Amino acid sequence: MAPSSASPEPAAPRRTWLAVLVWLWVGLPFAYGLYELVLKATQLFTD
Amino acid sequence: MRSPQVPDGGLLSRSRTVAPAGWSRWLVPPAALSVHLSIGQAYAWSVFKPPLEKALGLSGTASALPFQLAIVMLGLSAAFGGTLVERKGPRWAMAVSLLCFASGFLLSALGAATEQFWLIVLGYGFVGGIGLGIGYISPVSTLIKWFPDRPGLATGIAIMGFGGGALIASPWSSQMLESFGADSAGIATAFLMHGLAYAVFMALGVLLVRVPADGWRPPGWTPPTEQRAMVSTAQVSARNALRTPQFWCLWVVLCMNVTAGIGILEKAAPMIRDFFADTSTPVSVSAAAGFVALLSLTNMGGRLVWSATSDAIGRKNMYRVYLGVGALLYLLIATTGGSSKPVFVLSALAILSFYGGGFSTAPAYLKDLFGTFQVGAIHGRLLTAWSTAGVLGPLIVNRVADSQEAAGRSGPGLYSLSLYIMMGLLVVGFVANECIRPVHPRFHEPATEGGAADASAGPANGTEAPDGSQQRLA
Repeated sequence: MAPSSASPEPAAPRRTWLAVLVWLWVGLPFAYGLYELVLKATQLFTD
Repeated sequence: MRSPQVPDGGLLSRSRTVAPAGWSRWLVPPAALSVHLSIGQAYAWSVFKPPLEKALGLSGTASALPFQLAIVMLGLSAAFGGTLVERKGPRWAMAVSLLCFASGFLLSALGAATEQFWLIVLGYGFVGGIGLGIGYISPVSTLIKWFPDRPGLATGIAIMGFGGGALIASPWSSQMLESFGADSAGIATAFLMHGLAYAVFMALGVLLVRVPADGWRPPGWTPPTEQRAMVSTAQVSARNALRTPQFWCLWVVLCMNVTAGIGILEKAAPMIRDFFADTSTPVSVSAAAGFVALLSLTNMGGRLVWSATSDAIGRKNMYRVYLGVGALLYLLIATTGGSSKPVFVLSALAILSFYGGGFSTAPAYLKDLFGTFQVGAIHGRLLTAWSTAGVLGPLIVNRVADSQEAAGRSGPGLYSLSLYIMMGLLVVGFVANECIRPVHPRFHEPATEGGAADASAGPANGTEAPDGSQQRLA
């Protein structure tokens, strides 16, 4: 691929569905871990 | 100049991973995260310790062996495998990481099923540890090339994932052990499930990762015409980087920052309880556990927030904050922490956020100093500072706490000396950071015809560095 400054790139597929899928792939487990951690962290203020 | 190309056209080779036109660079962080969120499981090893001790009749020291060996192998494989990772490309590196990390669990499953602990040490510690090291550095240089405008943010996302891996694995592994049972058969099944699940999860990274095409730049972005004094446009090889004082100053910076952070992490729960034991508001065991969880949260958040901030204020200034403000906060805890819980908690949280930020800002600092040519390999070598700090930090804190206890001290007095030592270490790191200057041109790679260095590294190759030279002088 030529440098973007040298020539315009051809119209490319947007791949929005792929972006959503892969961010969910990593985001959902991460959100689960974060949720569990926040539950634990609140013990500092409740006990 | 570019990293050497692999001549074969294998599926994993760098040449087969060049992004097609229009490939979004925001598809690359999930690839990196799928690896880092997996290998970050290492910090949740403690979940397996009590069941292993009970099932196989091990001591606490013995059950820590697989984790300790894994961390040693992380440092060694990152240091010695870095150049290979640069040459073979991120897909190859992620595939190797997947194979080693997953098969480490499978070997451990076999070890648990047959009650052969040495197989668990070999599998999780040795084989899995190689997966940790190669996986840790696998996306670094690729992310920096995709995000020349925001390298701190990009590496911050990935390295935050390493912190996040333990958050996922800890409750997940616990639930699995509850379901399968904590005897040797249950542990073996849990290891087996971990190996299979992580193999599938990491496969996304292997399939998704792409390197930018030659000369690619983010749409609408042009390299700044005026370079910051500490951002080089020249390229330095990993071999040459080791000969520069800059590398070793940064090594000291990272080692001191990590050692000081571990100083809090290692003793967080007993520390907060001892600090407030004789007050009207003592801290319960579960509240102390909440404090530790909160520290993990800021450790992880700092990796993203501070590293992204370094894109705006510069790496050297960012490390001035980590080390300078960190030292002042240690002083604050040592002098007033025992009388104010909010001061103690907030200071510790800030220190841990600086600890995390120190990890994630390092690759961008290396890129500023040495260029993108072999930044992944240089990063791998820098991680030996982490391994060293991993031994130093707990050693200092535990030794000092034991000696203070033997001397009859209690409460905050148990930790005062440790806190002052940590403060001193941060001051040493601060001085080392102040010593970092742009790399001397004699270490630069020679520019080749047509602008050899990656365009993504910054201004077009062949342009002059701030000091007016890019060519090798020697």
